[in-house]
Amino acid sequence: MFWDKKIETLKPADLTALQLKRLKKTLAQVQHVPFYQKRLADAGLKTTSIKTLDDIKKIPFTKKQDLRDGYPFGFFAVPLKKIVRIHTTSGTTGKPTVVGYTRKDLDTWSDLIARNMTMVGITDDDIFQNMVNYGMFTGGLGFHYGAEKVGMTVIPSATGNTRRQIEMINDFGVTTIHCTPSYAMHLSEVAEEMGTGLDSLKTGIFGAEAWSESTRKSLEGRLGVTAYDSYGLSELFGPGVAFECPEHDGLHIWHDSYLVEIIDPKTGEHVGDGERGEMVVTPLVKEAMPLLRYRTGDVTLVMEDDCLCRRGKKIARITGRSDDMLVIRGINVFPSQIEHVLLEIPEVGNQFMVYIDRINHLDEMTVDVEINREYFSGELADLAILQKKVVKELRDALELRTTVKLVEPGSLPRFEGKAKRVIDRREVV
Amino acid sequence: MEPENFVIRQISIFSENRPGRLAAIAQALGEEKINILAFSIAEANGFGVVRALVDHPEKAHDKLQSLGFNVAFTEVIAVKMRDQPGGLYEIAKILGDAGINIEYSYAYSGKEGAVLILRVDQVGDAITKIRKTGATLLERSVFH
Repeated sequence: MFWDKKIETLKPADLTALQLKRLKKTLAQVQHVPFYQKRLADAGLKTTSIKTLDDIKKIPFTKKQDLRDGYPFGFFAVPLKKIVRIHTTSGTTGKPTVVGYTRKDLDTWSDLIARNMTMVGITDDDIFQNMVNYGMFTGGLGFHYGAEKVGMTVIPSATGNTRRQIEMINDFGVTTIHCTPSYAMHLSEVAEEMGTGLDSLKTGIFGAEAWSESTRKSLEGRLGVTAYDSYGLSELFGPGVAFECPEHDGLHIWHDSYLVEIIDPKTGEHVGDGERGEMVVTPLVKEAMPLLRYRTGDVTLVMEDDCLCRRGKKIARITGRSDDMLVIRGINVFPSQIEHVLLEIPEVGNQFMVYIDRINHLDEMTVDVEINREYFSGELADLAILQKKVVKELRDALELRTTVKLVEPGSLPRFEGKAKRVIDRREVV
Repeated sequence: MEPENFVIRQISIFSENRPGRLAAIAQALGEEKINILAFSIAEANGFGVVRALVDHPEKAHDKLQSLGFNVAFTEVIAVKMRDQPGGLYEIAKILGDAGINIEYSYAYSGKEGAVLILRVDQVGDAITKIRKTGATLLERSVFH
């Protein structure tokens, strides 16, 4: 099934022409952003310098740090008056990255999500429970509006209270769910404890964290769903960027809306189809916040073979990151954010270690931090207050509950050269 | 007798809750011929504070610090108890009636009889109140 058959199955020559036309339009749009005016001028580029898609190589990359430097609204190409929604995503340090949407952007974005859902056979007959965070995270409202556009019956259940979630699935006859794969695992276990099946479920959309084929098998077996991998990032609207089709062999990325390059993250040079590298994306349809050659940090490859479904080239499922970003319970965390938080708390040192475990299918992050010698009062109660303070500061900055362990000064490893402060003990996904 | 003569210096040592930490502390004090008179461990959420009354607090502090331990001095007071059934009750009742709030406490029985070590939030105030009750406070010189 197709949501927009014409655009989803464009012939290569027509697709290239459309991409070039939209790239030129995007180049005109970024002229409203001082950062890009300067960036393009410094590179000696004019809008007319881009004559073919290949010319995109002349344009410098945009990095997450650039977006952070533009905090809060430095990357908006339209007046704030035209922005109807703001979301944020983790920044690499203190401040989050802000993304904005015009009314047209929201329409474009929900349309892309409608394409994904229709591609896997979801229709307006389906009942949809959206079990992700509805706040600043793009996954909640993103899928919500996409599903409404398809005409599904949408239950904005958000996160938490798993027993209630299960009751609703059963009482409302939910056919389709969207959540992180680890939460889906947890859901299946709680259903088992409750002694209830989830018989109405047919389709599971899982995203925001990397998950393996063996997780797919076990989710499909336990929940009785067909599982689909969903990919997106806030800087490119949010979810809806790429999605698995029923072939379950790679994800379709919407080439009319996203111009994809795969590069060697060290040299910035293109790698060939079938070769793994960092995905760089130039969104072609964004109005409020156009970006040029955005470094996603996600490692994948462009698959050489076409897909039976005729939707154009697929990317492989994401296998990792080219930077040190962590995904904890679907939330992006940079070790630099943790460092930034600790620097602001004088009672603890600047050395830290992060341990990530998967306990009952849910990610748990433990941060070991040294107490500052000078701040030790000798009182246990003061230490307990300090521990709570660090937990709170981390939660405020990362939007994530962590376990904080206070350790003796000088007891954490000191690194010469590249620090390895993160130990990920989750099983390989 | 000046009230400050009753203020005793306890050493408080931050310690992670893992095997061997107490042995390391005790070994260090033993090497310096420091005698531990009373001692307790308070534990919370993965870490703890080892509290000790020693005969040479400065020496203990410097030695432990030189080994990397995080050490602080804490002011405590010591009240003499009868080393007999009901002895703790008598003192606890006196303290309660005098309105003294105890943050933490530990006890030992030694040459001077039974002793209750108290950490209170207003040390000076507590000393005045306890002396009025007629209970016996031990002087600092008894310990170090």
